[in-house]
Amino acid sequence: MNPPHLVILIPLIFFSGALLIPLLERWRHGCAYGVAVASAAVGALVTVAGLVEVSSGGTLRYQVSGWAPPIGIELVLDPLSAFLSVMLASVALLVLVHSGSVVRRELPGKAMPLYSTALLLVGALLGITITGDLFNLYVFLEISSLASYALLALGDRKAPVSAFRYLILGTVGASFYLLGLGFVFMTTGSLNMADLKLILSNLESSPPLLVGLVLITTGVGLKMALFPMHGWLPDAYTYASSTATALIAPIGTKIAAYVLIRIFFFVLDPGFASGEIPLTTAIGYLGAAGILWGSILAIAQTDLKRMLAYSSVGQIGYIALGIGLASPMGFIGAILHMVNHAVMKGCLFLVSANFLSRLGHADIRRFNDSTRVHMPWTAAGFTMAALSMIGLPPFAGFFSKWYLILGSVEESNWVFVAVILISSLLSAVYFFRLIERIYLRSPGRDSKYPDEAGGAAAPDGGREEVSASMLAPTLILASALLVLGLLNVWIVNRLIQPMIPAGL
Amino acid sequence: MDSIHAHYPYWVVLTLLVIGLWGMLLKGNLMKKVVGMTIFQSAIILFFILSAYKVGGTVPIYDEALGVGDPSLYINPLPHTLMLTAIVVGVAIVGEALALLIVIYRTYGTLEEPVLVERMK
Amino acid sequence: MGASRSVIVVLVSRLVAPLIQIFSFYVIFHGHYSPGGGFQGGALLAASILLLRLTCGREESQKNFRSDLGLMLGPLGAMTFLVVGLIMISGGSFLDYQHTPLLRLEPAQMRSFAILIVEVAIGLAVMATLISIFDNLSAPSRKEDSS
Repeated sequence: MNPPHLVILIPLIFFSGALLIPLLERWRHGCAYGVAVASAAVGALVTVAGLVEVSSGGTLRYQVSGWAPPIGIELVLDPLSAFLSVMLASVALLVLVHSGSVVRRELPGKAMPLYSTALLLVGALLGITITGDLFNLYVFLEISSLASYALLALGDRKAPVSAFRYLILGTVGASFYLLGLGFVFMTTGSLNMADLKLILSNLESSPPLLVGLVLITTGVGLKMALFPMHGWLPDAYTYASSTATALIAPIGTKIAAYVLIRIFFFVLDPGFASGEIPLTTAIGYLGAAGILWGSILAIAQTDLKRMLAYSSVGQIGYIALGIGLASPMGFIGAILHMVNHAVMKGCLFLVSANFLSRLGHADIRRFNDSTRVHMPWTAAGFTMAALSMIGLPPFAGFFSKWYLILGSVEESNWVFVAVILISSLLSAVYFFRLIERIYLRSPGRDSKYPDEAGGAAAPDGGREEVSASMLAPTLILASALLVLGLLNVWIVNRLIQPMIPAGL
Repeated sequence: MDSIHAHYPYWVVLTLLVIGLWGMLLKGNLMKKVVGMTIFQSAIILFFILSAYKVGGTVPIYDEALGVGDPSLYINPLPHTLMLTAIVVGVAIVGEALALLIVIYRTYGTLEEPVLVERMK
Repeated sequence: MGASRSVIVVLVSRLVAPLIQIFSFYVIFHGHYSPGGGFQGGALLAASILLLRLTCGREESQKNFRSDLGLMLGPLGAMTFLVVGLIMISGGSFLDYQHTPLLRLEPAQMRSFAILIVEVAIGLAVMATLISIFDNLSAPSRKEDSS
């Protein structure tokens, strides 16, 4: 196709789906789920086609409206964007397939706004991935933020409050990004990423530029839940509905990390952000602090979703650590961990949704052997995802941590090595605690909750395994962890190596 | 003193930014947080528009008397267009924040944060 | 809204609302070569309807703009924008207005025409969205605990 219309179709399919849902819902009630899944499926296929095209042909550039950059807005599908867009669209597709019965049970009557907003969210996140213009990135960032505030507010009674807190902090973050962008624009006069790369390589660093970069980092760090700015995350993820959390947790914060990677390693010269001002070092150490903080607090939780939320704070720390290393190994580790964590967290949140739907609760203290007896497949999926989170081979989680450790050893940063190893032990603590309960603890031992043994009736009445539409995505994600782990070498050599920026 | 006098619009923008941030983060009433957010966003919009100004330039609409040959006669229109988008984004955020406030008020009966935290327990 | 409505306020707002709407059309149609455009005109249109909602009451002003139209016109306007952009793919990039397939004019005139269509669609979408935000915020609270 000349020009490659494939690129513009990637976010467009999701946006059209989001706009069609209110119109079609009026015409035929109840079709929201079907339209959402269909749009996500077509979108995922287009992203895969994009990845195939880019791997063989090279970067695809698309000028929206025919105006050439830097005057016009440009969409760029390079190996990094194509890879991340495939990850985004596939995880979103699986979560949307899973969401049918969840939405029926947790949010009756709200299917239409939820699916419309969810498609807007995914479309906007894809837009962030493929855009080549910094202001266009801000617009998509705000669309995705607005969609996520709305999604997170659909939940139980406490959800709107946590969504409001996230709204305030998220707006602060996005406004800081805009302010920083203003400084960069005033210094260089351009907003296009490729153009900025040329201009900035010839420019000496000046105070407005540095201030702009620090503001951009702070703003995006807020969105990413980087360590001191993560306060909104646990509440927001815990009180929202299972589908909203499963959509936002795996992919929302990762895309913010992608923005940082794009700005630090592709727009600026890679040496600038680590040499001139120690921005990447700061991010690395904040990430390390976040890893420890998240892992330690996760051990103390009694609610499964809250534990997974604190664990997410820790996992974002790994990606920040990878950015902080500013070396090829660190880059590979960060990108690989983005993908791995998206699949792992997606699987874990879907598992918690399954537990919630069949057992009626997600309270860790009340899990016991009967869970494994009645829901064997879900328990198996949970175990696979948990082993991957801890970092045991041959699951995918091991390999991303391996690259991060290799990168830290290369840079002689022993603090990072220690942090990664200690946090793996800590995550082993809180995951093995759950695995022990599900597989080994017989119901009678818990004197506090004896009624679980007899089979207290769950809201749905049955205590059998969940339905296929809920089970299939969980198992697909869990087995994807095994596949990603085994195919790890091919992925790194064929897909990730081409995207490492020159000069790193 | 000269730096303050020469760049006084930027000092005004800075004051507005700090007022907005202070309102958003330190005020107890949720509605005041929304007001602080609006002030904060307006300050950023003003900042961009300040960057577009040229001494002696006029509005960037084609004027036959001036022609298009000399760009220094018109002020820079690009930040203005960027800020149109930012204003729309701000409107959408305020709309959504107010909708969330309505839901919170209907559920808990208050918009004061200390009382809200108490009632959430 | 139980207090008695002032006749002066109601009468004046019913006189002024159509004038606001005409001004907003002026703003929309001049958007592509002078200050104005879809968003601004749409906000003015919404203001005219909201004026009637506030002064004449919710039920009376349903005749001016039914509340349930909001959620339909909004997506419809945005979809029109997307479809217009997609039509342009037949000749060039997305939103490349010079390839409007039906007319055979100069590129600048074709662009002007297509931008006009897009601005009207945006104005419609913005009006519908702002009115529906207001309607949802001011709807009487439902009995069940909604979140």
